[in-house]
Amino acid sequence: MAKSGLFSPTRKTGQGVRHMAGKEMQMTGAEIVLQALKDNGVKHMFGYPGGAVLPIYDELHQQDDIEHILVRHEQGAGHMAEGYARSTGKPGVVLVTSGPGATNVVTALQDALMDSIPLVCITGQVPTSLIGSDAFQECDTVGITRPCTKHNWLVKDVNQLARIIHEAFRIATTGRPGPVVVDVPKDVQFATGTYTPPSPVIAQKSYQPKVAGDLEKVRAAIELMAGAKRPIIYSGGGVINSGREASQLLRELVELTGFPITSTLMGLGAYPASGKNWMGMLGMHGTYEANMAMHDCDVMLCIGARFDDRITGRLDAFSPNSKKIHIDIDPSSINKNVHVDIGILGDIGHVLEDMVRLWRASKKTDRTKLEPWWAQIDRWRGRKSLAYTPNRDVIMPQYAIERLCALTRDRDTYITTEVGQHQMWAAQFFGFEEPNRWMTSGGLGTMGYGFPAAIGVQVAHRDSLVIDIAGDASIQMCIQEMSCAVQYNLPVKIFILNNQYMGMVRQWQQLLHGNRLSHSYTESMPDFVKLAEAYGGVGMSCDKPGDLDAAIMEMIDTPRPVIFDCRVASLANCFPMIPSGKAHNEMLLPDEATDEAVANAIDAEGRALV
Amino acid sequence: MNAQHQPTGSAYFMAAETARPETHTLSVLVDNEPGVLARVIGLFSGRGYNIDSLTVSETEHEAHLSRITIVTTATPNVLEQIKSQLERIVPVHRVVDLTVRSNELGHDKPLERELALVKVTGSGENRVEALRLADAFRAQVIDANTEHFIFEITGRVSKIEQFISIMRPLGLVEICRTGIAAMNRGAQGM
Repeated sequence: MAKSGLFSPTRKTGQGVRHMAGKEMQMTGAEIVLQALKDNGVKHMFGYPGGAVLPIYDELHQQDDIEHILVRHEQGAGHMAEGYARSTGKPGVVLVTSGPGATNVVTALQDALMDSIPLVCITGQVPTSLIGSDAFQECDTVGITRPCTKHNWLVKDVNQLARIIHEAFRIATTGRPGPVVVDVPKDVQFATGTYTPPSPVIAQKSYQPKVAGDLEKVRAAIELMAGAKRPIIYSGGGVINSGREASQLLRELVELTGFPITSTLMGLGAYPASGKNWMGMLGMHGTYEANMAMHDCDVMLCIGARFDDRITGRLDAFSPNSKKIHIDIDPSSINKNVHVDIGILGDIGHVLEDMVRLWRASKKTDRTKLEPWWAQIDRWRGRKSLAYTPNRDVIMPQYAIERLCALTRDRDTYITTEVGQHQMWAAQFFGFEEPNRWMTSGGLGTMGYGFPAAIGVQVAHRDSLVIDIAGDASIQMCIQEMSCAVQYNLPVKIFILNNQYMGMVRQWQQLLHGNRLSHSYTESMPDFVKLAEAYGGVGMSCDKPGDLDAAIMEMIDTPRPVIFDCRVASLANCFPMIPSGKAHNEMLLPDEATDEAVANAIDAEGRALV
Repeated sequence: MNAQHQPTGSAYFMAAETARPETHTLSVLVDNEPGVLARVIGLFSGRGYNIDSLTVSETEHEAHLSRITIVTTATPNVLEQIKSQLERIVPVHRVVDLTVRSNELGHDKPLERELALVKVTGSGENRVEALRLADAFRAQVIDANTEHFIFEITGRVSKIEQFISIMRPLGLVEICRTGIAAMNRGAQGM
């Protein structure tokens, strides 16, 4: 273990540390946990008690500074903390017990790792003397969570506990954010040791993320951008993670350069959907104009995105004639999937600040040079790739999202989703104007994410309107948290696009497996209205397009948790789509997606792939 | 990055690998804390990288630093990824590709040495031959009775491979190898 030089009594204390700060005190391990959380600015945490964390829960009971939200399943705690973190920019904190408590939170940890969400998860562990003896509710928590965290610790010495928790917050929130786990055996929680406040002295010297970009590379990037005839900005979740200023700077850069901009699923809201340079989301279910522009561009500026396979489609046909610039804080993201010409390592906010400043000082955009490119983009836009056939008798899922968006426009709204067709429709049809308003499971694709995430958002924003756009299959994966929402009077709205299918699974079965709908139809569905009522919430249902607006308004105005069962067209599919094995310029558009075209969209080779 | 194993043409499509795999020796300086080796090995197994050889020991006791020497075989792009991914591990201080570094220094490859213990049993002509060959390879006898020898041999991997294959028909019963230790020539440190 690392040295204990940190305990030198002459060491200066951190800034922003409150009351007890600055003092080294003797405390129990459980008291140290609470004090360290307070000193790191924690106001809320999500958890579930159990044998191995009882001393910490006992301390929680005797204080009022931190509000603890009792979940119904530890996975829910993890996703709540993710929603909390994503909507506030602060780390989410989770407290669970050993064994099943820890294993249940693994899905949320991996989800946070893939989407770069800062989480600090404290797990109880059996007493150190019993570790390795297959004790009751023992599991190798640090072993299990090693590949699904940014870093983790097993604390065997109470005198190291404070330092490790402070370090956990630093590692979770700096660099590329991510989840961390601190595993605390029960005897360490009972033992008495020295509390040390947070310190500006960095303990883990090997971890020093680089935030400032290389100015020479920024200059080279600007030269490339200034010479572009067909440029595109492709931004991602890194812009959101970098903070609000980064989104502001992105908007400035777009304004200054006049470049068109698209974004990944995770980056929605960094540039406003109402902005004139906005082309919609790109990728597998992105717009025609965004994907065609990515394919045909001559200079691509990738900001805080990672060339994920859902974005690039077929790699050997990905934007074949462009020079590529990539800004990212994670060196392993640069040149991982796609070779780039200029890789700028640094925090998006820092690099964009340099970029905007240098562009302002040296470049004037020659807008006439970009006119042919914009004319081409307008032709692609004219293809109206998000069009769908309206229906007077049945609610089309796209229409439901459009109405939800229109009717919540003037509210302080946060949207979360589960995973599947409804998620893609939400991304396509709900226009996001601000960052941190859109919480979705992008990398891992976790069904069951949206509802607990919405609860986490609501905890942080008590007076805001928080809606989980859900599918009928996904919502059943963490539905138990309805009980949590009711307990804490968190008026989250669950808006289920109910088509009785696992819609995305069915869509792929239609595309790939001869329309053999193996186990993608849910023959028995709960009565969602009664289910809501059984939990003590409000249930609503709607199946007529004409009734939809009034029903949505009623949902919005209900100051309690609501499950809204929106019965939509059962066989609608999500288009446009880049089918497996195809490139950006080979999209399947909604008006071309006849049954025959769908059945033949993917060739034999593509079928082997997800 | 198991790119080369995936069929062509998909959303998961990775270009058919045309680059040739190369064998490189990496030196990784880490904090000697619990689980650090598991993090490094887990990274290799989790992301499908190869480990040809792995050696680890604490090298600076005061600073609690360990040096891990890994020999791996991969295409140049993947080698870059391995290096970046290793650098992401929190207790990793530095990663140096000794093979790349030796080329920069104008050398063919880094200095690499391995130690092996080789137990050979037998009598008569085979026993005499084993001892004679061990002498030719400059292997030392570190234990013996009338029925066996244990040889200690140090050298490049190829020398050890050759020694083992020669000993096999002469009564070889047990081998233990350390994996390689490596550093670059010249006055400069890592």
